[in-house]
Amino acid sequence: MTIKATEKLDIRAIISDLESYAPKRRGWTWRKPAPGLKLGPFEYADCSEPLKNGIGIPCDIQYFGNLDPQPLNSITTEIASGRFEDDIRRMRMAAWHGADHIMVIRTAGQSHFDGLIEGSPQGIGGIPITRKQVRAHRKALDMIEEEVGRHINYHSYVSGVAGPDVAVMFAEEGVNGAHQDPQYNVLYRNVNMVRSFIDAAESKSLMAWADMAQIDGAHNANATAREAWKVMPELIVQHAINSKYSEKVGMKRENICLSTVPPSASPAPALKFDLPYAVALRDFFEGYRMRAQMNTKYITSSSREATVTHVLNMMISKLTSADIQSTITPDEGRNVPWHVYNIEACDTAKQTFVGMDALMDMVELKSEGFLRETARELKERAVLYMEEILEVGGYFEAVEKGFFVDSAKYPERNGDGIARKIDGGVGAGAVFKREADYMAPVTAHYGYNNLEQYGAEFVGAPSKLIDGCTLEDRSKIVYINELDENDNVDKRIEEVAKYYDTNVIKPEVQWLADGVVTIDLFLPTSKRKAEFAAIEFAKKMNLTDVEVIHLEVMHPAEGTRVQVKGVVGFELDLDKLEIPPEPEVLSDEEIRAIIEEKPMLLVAATVGEDEHSVGMREIIDIKHGGIEKYGIEVEYLGTSVPVEKLVDAAIELNADGILASTIISHDDVHYKNMKKLHEYAIEKGVRDKLCLAAGGTQVTPEIARKNGMDEGFGRGTKGVNLATFLVKCREEKQK
Amino acid sequence: MKGSERRADDFQSRREHLKNMTDEQLKDYFWQLTEKVVDPLLELARTHTTPSVERSVLLRMGFSSLEAKPLVEGAIDRGLIGHGTGNVIYRIAKEKNISIREAGLALIEGKFWDDAVTMFKGGNR
Repeated sequence: MTIKATEKLDIRAIISDLESYAPKRRGWTWRKPAPGLKLGPFEYADCSEPLKNGIGIPCDIQYFGNLDPQPLNSITTEIASGRFEDDIRRMRMAAWHGADHIMVIRTAGQSHFDGLIEGSPQGIGGIPITRKQVRAHRKALDMIEEEVGRHINYHSYVSGVAGPDVAVMFAEEGVNGAHQDPQYNVLYRNVNMVRSFIDAAESKSLMAWADMAQIDGAHNANATAREAWKVMPELIVQHAINSKYSEKVGMKRENICLSTVPPSASPAPALKFDLPYAVALRDFFEGYRMRAQMNTKYITSSSREATVTHVLNMMISKLTSADIQSTITPDEGRNVPWHVYNIEACDTAKQTFVGMDALMDMVELKSEGFLRETARELKERAVLYMEEILEVGGYFEAVEKGFFVDSAKYPERNGDGIARKIDGGVGAGAVFKREADYMAPVTAHYGYNNLEQYGAEFVGAPSKLIDGCTLEDRSKIVYINELDENDNVDKRIEEVAKYYDTNVIKPEVQWLADGVVTIDLFLPTSKRKAEFAAIEFAKKMNLTDVEVIHLEVMHPAEGTRVQVKGVVGFELDLDKLEIPPEPEVLSDEEIRAIIEEKPMLLVAATVGEDEHSVGMREIIDIKHGGIEKYGIEVEYLGTSVPVEKLVDAAIELNADGILASTIISHDDVHYKNMKKLHEYAIEKGVRDKLCLAAGGTQVTPEIARKNGMDEGFGRGTKGVNLATFLVKCREEKQK
Repeated sequence: MKGSERRADDFQSRREHLKNMTDEQLKDYFWQLTEKVVDPLLELARTHTTPSVERSVLLRMGFSSLEAKPLVEGAIDRGLIGHGTGNVIYRIAKEKNISIREAGLALIEGKFWDDAVTMFKGGNR
């Protein structure tokens, strides 16, 4: 199956024939550095190989023709809509915007499910991770990575009471990365601690075989603690326990990634906490990888604020290092991520890192003073923490005593840590000693395995006993399609089949045709009144399921900003929609030939009380692809020019036409000026002779024409559009 | 569940033995301590098994998740899990001269468990 950029993915084709699908490869892929990369007018120091197909940030598209430089770090996007079929479309969009690490969040409750979930049931706050779902996603990504021209790492979670089950399935299905950290099970999922560590060894052994990247769970301590910046010594300890445990199980150091989060956020003097911590971690964890997670502890419903926090977090990544840069969607403080926010987050990461390219060639961190002293103190506190774990008898005893997730900065203690019992929690008592003849005839099994009993030739090759296990022979994998005849992907697609099969569309935020829209209002009243008024406004706009998702006081009395979401109750048939044809453009050569044969002169100005000149200069200037490059001559009169002066100048110079730039649009002054220009030209008896064009960011062509212009030009106009119009208009006038 | 007792910050007195270490010494010491913390955990994992470890073995042997579960439960119920659930199936397959899958499916149907108990608890191969 190949895909075309102009066509939607065929989701139904992707989920068919899954029983025979095998992933193309296994293991994690890092980006390929491209030092000295040249794109357009720029040279980059810290970028990686560009994409074959991708979409740059808006500024890149508008001013530079989509250079789309790609940072060195892998960029993660977390997708969690509850319906894996809809997530596939989002993965494709994210890949085009620069994500090469797709992390799929699990449905609530999966960590307590004792075994694999099969089929494709709908999830809550994530998806049930099943073989069918993983295979469908990997199959889709195998196509998408061909399209963008870069490997895409697929990632989920190996945790809960079925960690090893999940790890086997991931190894078989070509999953490239996973969260794995027994401490997460113990502290946050209350899975029995003994069982968690035994299971973790098996899981890690499988992940090592599959060459997967591992991300630990330490960032959760940051998100859970009352005052997040105080748990830094503990975070170092948690990272170390999981990292060393993994390494000793057999994982390569370069596949072990610390999930590190800058623990504080503005209004704290964030870098004062975050930078020494980042330095301390990199001092201690040489050779391991850093996965820079973003701070979510202090996230609110403001997507603007979340974005700024994340940019500051990336500053830390740049000043220290980050092999994987995670992105949290800026809407995570109010709902599970929506499509567009995944894209925003990827773009934010790309924009920020590219903007900071070569920073460390110009600046360096001070080697003494506050930064190093604070880092040293944090490291010493972590050492003392580790000492005390040993003093009380070891890890399990420390957990029983509530060492972890205490809100004080160690060695201070507030006595509010999470304590678990060694014989308590989910799955307690399900731990069994291996007998002397214990044997498991499979690859990547951890621990004692008595193969000698069956012959020396099996030592080191246990699966030879059964002529290869599923890791050597895929045909042995038993694929289960569906277990629930009602809760599955086919039923869900059937319900929205119209939107798959026809050109009828609805707005959506996460699921096909979910109908959800947001409206952004400013209401000139106090917060609480604004909140309820906004709901009424949305209802009167015929939205249903209306909910306020963000409120921000602009002033206690003067007004409040409200963002509201709701569901639209109608759809549109694209086949019945009247869309004006795209404007025809002549080729550069054609335009040049016409102008050479018959020169053209225009007068131009920004009209009215308006000092904006950039747009006009761009459309004229040869450097920006403006109309001068065709040989068109332009007499530029400046800004805030009265319309009368423009027409008079055109008469005096015997010009072919007038270009009026109008940026300010208060009270429709831009259209009023167009009308005035048109009428004055009539008064002077030159309207039939002159081509009149008006342009500006708020100009709609249809309305400009209604106000007497021959043509209007809005956002995104290029020199070629204007030149084509001018050539045709003059031809028309001279008939 | 709530944890430990409260304690004031006694960092200055606790750090006495660390303060003269170089950064490099401090780092080495940190990793020595870490190894002491994880080594007993690794030993525990080396010498023990769990239902999910056993299920993961059976998945690799070519059983589905639906089949792995009752097989492991069967082994637990009969006190055989410590020998390895995969081992039980392997020995039954050998003994009865049938395939691994046939052996597993038969066990799910309740067959051959008595043989398995005799094989392992009887102590002879």
